[in-house]
Amino acid sequence: MATKASRSAARLMISPAVILLLGWMIVPLAMTLYFSFLRYNLLMPGMEEWTGLTNYRFFLTDPAFFDAIWNTLLLVGGVLLITVTGGILLALLLDQPIWGQGVVRILVIAPFFVMPTVSALVWKNMFMNPVNGIFAHIAKALGLQPYDFLSQAPLASIIWIVSWQWLPFATLILLTALQSLDSEQLEAAEMDGAPPLKRFWFIVLPHLARAITVVILIQTIFLLSVFAEILVTTNGGPGTASTNLTYLIYVQSLLQFDVGGGSAGGVVAIVLANIVAIFLMRMIGKNLDA
Amino acid sequence: MARAVTPRRKALTTAAAWTVGVLIFFPILWIVILSFKSEGDAIRTPIEVLTSAWTAESYATVQERSDYFKHFLNSVTISVGSTLLGLVIAIPAAWSMAFVPGRRTKDVLMWMLSTKMLPPVGVLVPFYLMFRDFGLLDTRSGLVFVLMMINLPIIIWMLYTYFKEIPAEILEAARMDGAGLREEILYVLTPMAVPGIASTVLLNIILAWNEAFWTLNLTAAKAAPLTAFIASYSSPEGLFYAKLSAASTMAIAPILIMGWFSQKQLVRGLTFGAVK
Amino acid sequence: MNLTMRALLGATALSATAALAQAETLTIATVNNGDMIRMQGLTADFTAKNPDIELEWVTLEENVLRQRVTTDIATKGGQYDVMTIGTYEVPIWGKQGWLVSLNDLPADYDIDDLLPAIRGGLTVEGELYAAPFYGESSMVMYRTDLMEKAGLTMPEAPTWEFIRDAAIKMTDKANEVYGICLRGKAGWGENMAFLTATANSFGAKWFDMDWKPQFDQKPWADTLNFYLDLMNEAGPPGASNNGFNENLALFQQGKCGMWIDATVAASFVTNPKDSTVADKVGFALAPDNGLGKRGNWLWAWSLAIPAGSQKVDAAKKFVAWATSKDYLALVAANEGWANVPPGTRTSLYENPEYQTVPFAKMTLDSINSADPTSPTVDPVPYVGVQFVAIPEFQGIATAVGQQFSAALAGQTSAADALANAQALTEREMAKAGYIK
Repeated sequence: MATKASRSAARLMISPAVILLLGWMIVPLAMTLYFSFLRYNLLMPGMEEWTGLTNYRFFLTDPAFFDAIWNTLLLVGGVLLITVTGGILLALLLDQPIWGQGVVRILVIAPFFVMPTVSALVWKNMFMNPVNGIFAHIAKALGLQPYDFLSQAPLASIIWIVSWQWLPFATLILLTALQSLDSEQLEAAEMDGAPPLKRFWFIVLPHLARAITVVILIQTIFLLSVFAEILVTTNGGPGTASTNLTYLIYVQSLLQFDVGGGSAGGVVAIVLANIVAIFLMRMIGKNLDA
Repeated sequence: MARAVTPRRKALTTAAAWTVGVLIFFPILWIVILSFKSEGDAIRTPIEVLTSAWTAESYATVQERSDYFKHFLNSVTISVGSTLLGLVIAIPAAWSMAFVPGRRTKDVLMWMLSTKMLPPVGVLVPFYLMFRDFGLLDTRSGLVFVLMMINLPIIIWMLYTYFKEIPAEILEAARMDGAGLREEILYVLTPMAVPGIASTVLLNIILAWNEAFWTLNLTAAKAAPLTAFIASYSSPEGLFYAKLSAASTMAIAPILIMGWFSQKQLVRGLTFGAVK
Repeated sequence: MNLTMRALLGATALSATAALAQAETLTIATVNNGDMIRMQGLTADFTAKNPDIELEWVTLEENVLRQRVTTDIATKGGQYDVMTIGTYEVPIWGKQGWLVSLNDLPADYDIDDLLPAIRGGLTVEGELYAAPFYGESSMVMYRTDLMEKAGLTMPEAPTWEFIRDAAIKMTDKANEVYGICLRGKAGWGENMAFLTATANSFGAKWFDMDWKPQFDQKPWADTLNFYLDLMNEAGPPGASNNGFNENLALFQQGKCGMWIDATVAASFVTNPKDSTVADKVGFALAPDNGLGKRGNWLWAWSLAIPAGSQKVDAAKKFVAWATSKDYLALVAANEGWANVPPGTRTSLYENPEYQTVPFAKMTLDSINSADPTSPTVDPVPYVGVQFVAIPEFQGIATAVGQQFSAALAGQTSAADALANAQALTEREMAKAGYIK
């Protein structure tokens, strides 16, 4: 059906989106690249000068840099692990016949509607605070010493908070996929005497593969730039224990107002993000070919 | 997959599902409870909190202090506006990718998604300068544009996956009947894709409503949405749990209610092409 | 309310809107602290006196506010007509010529009434660049009942040795009473404000006259070790996440024997509505080590007008109103003297009514004993008591604060934290071009 006319029409129709996104990508990228070679602190106007690779040298040799990369990977990986596993389990549970299914589904998806700032504030103050938080109250009621989540296990706490926000998303997509599974196939397997675990492994999981890929792709895009949750809870600390790449760039460009250094960090982050993107594309290309 | 099960098993799964559901929902429930307590009571032990007196004083304080309605309207304008504008640009693009796919369609799609990986914190200063020069600082139109750009890749992708599920024969039949491209999209494709478009719209409203970096940093007084409203209640000097809870409840309630009422639409369409 | 009344009210509201249509609108950026919220509530007094000026408030949490106004003023974004900034920003911004001089405020404003220490911190080369809204120092707040129980008497000017001794004696961990609560949460305005001020009293300093960082010197090691030992022995659990607010809540619930923090906290801990220990609080000057400097800081939240603003005259009217003697009287009439924004005017402390407020004298003495132009035992090239007024300080001190916070959490040793602090400060100072 792809006539010549419709091809040119198609090109015409996709062009606004492509042009806009191209501009959206290139303009800031060009400015960021340019700034990254300058000594440019917003608080010291008139001192701008060309410094070559100095900003990159400082950013890449920053002792916090490798911590930040490692933390970024841990954060993304940890949240993906929790949300995908939890999402599958929850989807399986919600797919069973239960009373009040609609209400339970509403309860489960609710965290997705909460602003990241709000959920971070709530977890930090009302739950994880070692004096007034609910966890501390429970620990004290049990005669235990309250655990100080955000200073003893900062990154794990943040992974927990972010997972709480993204679990509903994973659950929803996986549930929809699960519901499209042909039940006759399962019943046939059941008749043949396949135990539940086997049925899950050989029938359900392969069916969910595409949905899992989608969850991983979309969440990775959002998780690479997790920021508000860290800013609100730990400020990247103690030390650099919960500093991810985005937060490190924030420290450079908006705490120190070192636009040059922040831009160098931004360029590094874009390069790394694109490596992840290529990796994802490979994975998706295999799994999402429709 | 509704299979016949024994009542005993149904009772067990029901209990398990409800337990998990309530646990996941509990943090939200808790801020709603705290928002109806006094500041002094809000930091006590859970049992003392539940047994202490109920009061709406935090809501009164919040209402007195900030113009909730203004922030609310800004949030609505920005999230709905950016989503609709995105839709106008995304529908033709998704159409052409779904029905006239080229060799590079998949690459283009992935490239679009990859533009979302630019860390916003690194480019705030360039954007602030551009916004200043165009007079867009603290304007709703500026934010509508930014949020539209941020979510455009997601909108295009979602629409693309829905459109692809529509059999091309139907469009061809319409074309046989003499429908032009415009009619084809407006009267044939769009109505068929309504469930998909609806869930796209809902998801993007949610994402735009909750976006807290650009909305906070590019606004001052006039265009500030609810994310800025929250920033005025987090960690002041003194006790703040009850007021923060009240403000949080007010900020998330509209989107939560919208989400609840439309969850069927949202769920039905939220597949990202993961279901064949 | 009958119908005529409603109609009348409606008409008044209408004409009010009509008048506002020509009004000049000032956008004011401010912090979400209690005194500023109160000011926002008293807006009507200002608009009644200045019907042609309308006020629009942007109230934000401190860190968000700082980032917003700094971005805006440095890029000349022009979003705000009045900005709330602190003694850290004023010297830096004033030197850049980013602020409007306030030397020409009307005579009845009485500039000479401003407390000299505060005024000095807001003046650059003879020009007053911001008007103080409230000023604060830090001091010791302690539980008189626990002090008595421990068999001790708090002197008016305690030494660090006395504080350590008292903290250990007051601690009763079984009953959740901790001898001392101090800031541990990382941040240049959090733990580093306290530790930098404390370091001054230990004879430590951030930089020597050649801008060389001094964390490898003994005074800093003494400061940090003293702080860590004290907190481990007599501090509350989870102290490495405690900032002003967390400690305030602890103190109000009766869990702290002593608390060294901002003088503005005095009105919170003595307020019976929120505090369970309101009638058992005493005050003393921040401790020293006999080296001639005390461990107290100096800060003033102040109102400033960005240069290039189109509404300088209206903005000046507002700044003068909010920091005037009349404003203090207005708050006193509405909320009582104890709730007046403290620490800005000599006349307030000479007012007999204000002298009855329990923490008035100690606040004044604390403010007067801080000297931002000569903060340390040895001479230093910088201005600022609990900060160094250079643009790089926020970032450096926050990173150093992370190190010290990690040491308090037990994740690094004091020696490692100091070595890391020294290394990272040297790096940043080299990058910024201070060290050639």
